[in-house]
Amino acid sequence: MKEYICIVCPRGCHLAVDDENDYAVTGNACLRGAAYGREEAMHPTRVVTSSVRVRSRKHPRCSVKTDIAIDKSDIAKAMLLLDDVELIPPVRRGDIVIASLFGSEANFIATRDIDE
Amino acid sequence: MKMYDDYELIVIGGGPAGLGAALSAREHGLERILIVERDVELGGILNQCIHNGFGLHYFGEELTGPEYAARLIDRLEGQAIDVLCDTMVLELIPGEQGHTVRLMSMAEGYRSVGSRAVILAMGCRERTRGAIQIPGTRASGVFTAGTAQRYVNIEGYMVGKRVIILGSGDIGLIMARRMVLEGATVLACVEIMPHSGGLTRNIVQCLQDFDIPLYLSHTITKIEGRQRVEKVTVQEVDDHFNPIDGTEIVFDVDTVLLSVGLIPENELSRAAGVEMDPKTSGPIVFENGETSVSGIFACGNVLHVHDLVDYVTTESEGAGKAAAEYVLRCAHTSHKRTCEKTPYISLVKDETVTYTVPQRIRVQCVDDHVRVFFRVKTPYKTPRRIVFRDGDRVIASFRRPYMTPGEMEHVTLKREQLDEVLGDELTISVEEIR
Repeated sequence: MKEYICIVCPRGCHLAVDDENDYAVTGNACLRGAAYGREEAMHPTRVVTSSVRVRSRKHPRCSVKTDIAIDKSDIAKAMLLLDDVELIPPVRRGDIVIASLFGSEANFIATRDIDE
Repeated sequence: MKMYDDYELIVIGGGPAGLGAALSAREHGLERILIVERDVELGGILNQCIHNGFGLHYFGEELTGPEYAARLIDRLEGQAIDVLCDTMVLELIPGEQGHTVRLMSMAEGYRSVGSRAVILAMGCRERTRGAIQIPGTRASGVFTAGTAQRYVNIEGYMVGKRVIILGSGDIGLIMARRMVLEGATVLACVEIMPHSGGLTRNIVQCLQDFDIPLYLSHTITKIEGRQRVEKVTVQEVDDHFNPIDGTEIVFDVDTVLLSVGLIPENELSRAAGVEMDPKTSGPIVFENGETSVSGIFACGNVLHVHDLVDYVTTESEGAGKAAAEYVLRCAHTSHKRTCEKTPYISLVKDETVTYTVPQRIRVQCVDDHVRVFFRVKTPYKTPRRIVFRDGDRVIASFRRPYMTPGEMEHVTLKREQLDEVLGDELTISVEEIR
């Protein structure tokens, strides 16, 4: 049995997910909560946000994010990749900073514009 | 042209509140608008909030702070709204015909500009170590969470290696995760209240994801270190927030991040004679965001501290619209006098509610409805009723399945409900459902 606090809405239901019984969810007040609990137990993912170096006098850092949620277990590995990145302006939000993380469909993309 | 005709509207602050207000005022017919921002770029504190979770309500998708700001800034394009960045407002002087704003910048020096209406959108700032008086030495390594956030995310400096966080407000929680991702160790998050001050989502994704313990009903009672912070003592507190002897835990840390509350930044408002609400630390406002000084409006975190920027944008659009209406309709002296004389009802709260915004409603000025924002004093896990009463008569009642002080609530009062109020007070309270 795994326990989670539901984050779908502010109510914060305490969910119990039975990973030995087809991931049955109890403690949820709505169907969205059940779906969240099952997903958290089976395959937790997160959008990772951070910042990277930029060759700019005005803006030393550019904020980035993964364009889709990645496996929670890959977060630390993904962060290490950012250490070696240095962007050269102009940067536009949506620009790919690191493509296809670990061979997946996820990319790190810039989340702000830096002109110079 | 008289000086107060320089602009129809000056918006003080270019963050989410100021941008939303200026755009809305433009949309509602104003043509000469100025935004004054003290940072070198627009966007306000969103620029350093690089995490995601913004915009779910307003844009219908999950954005990071810089992306949310950029969406608003993009809308300024071609709107003929003047923007002065890197410019500080020194003083706001209210006047009969219009208001005077005194500005200072490196580029243009000192200037005095007049405007028919002014929107206060200066946001808030963080409470510091001085505000909560933590005993100990004055070693370096004690930061407010937002300052640390700016160093790490904007300026590119790491602030420490072994970190403890005081306060479980959202910025503290966000910074706990941020510090771990950047290679620091976060030993604990310490909260003096018996419940967390942050959104559940942040407790889960910022603390639990990284196995950071949350100590509720605990506080930091001593900070030690000669040059740099070396250790911090944490103690459990009793019901009166007094430290309990014998519960000391000592943490070896080099950094303390404080997330102990936000204060609306109202020096300009106070000096301008705007009437303040001690509960929100912001101006007292009417149903349309107008303060006690005619033609001066307030919105966003300078009015009351919000937990979601989406609500700031919505509220600011209301203030922008109201300022536009004021300039276009009410600027005639006679009309203005009538507005000032309009009777209003005061929203009064009992001990279950911390504050309401607006605090006053001019029923005659309500078109169709007015949204009332409030916070409850204690968490409710089971359904409650929010009741508005005129004396003993119930004017409106709303049901909520659960409520918590960390999440701002709002209800909508209809004009026809307000028309039923005979007295000059409307009382709000949270009650059990019988």
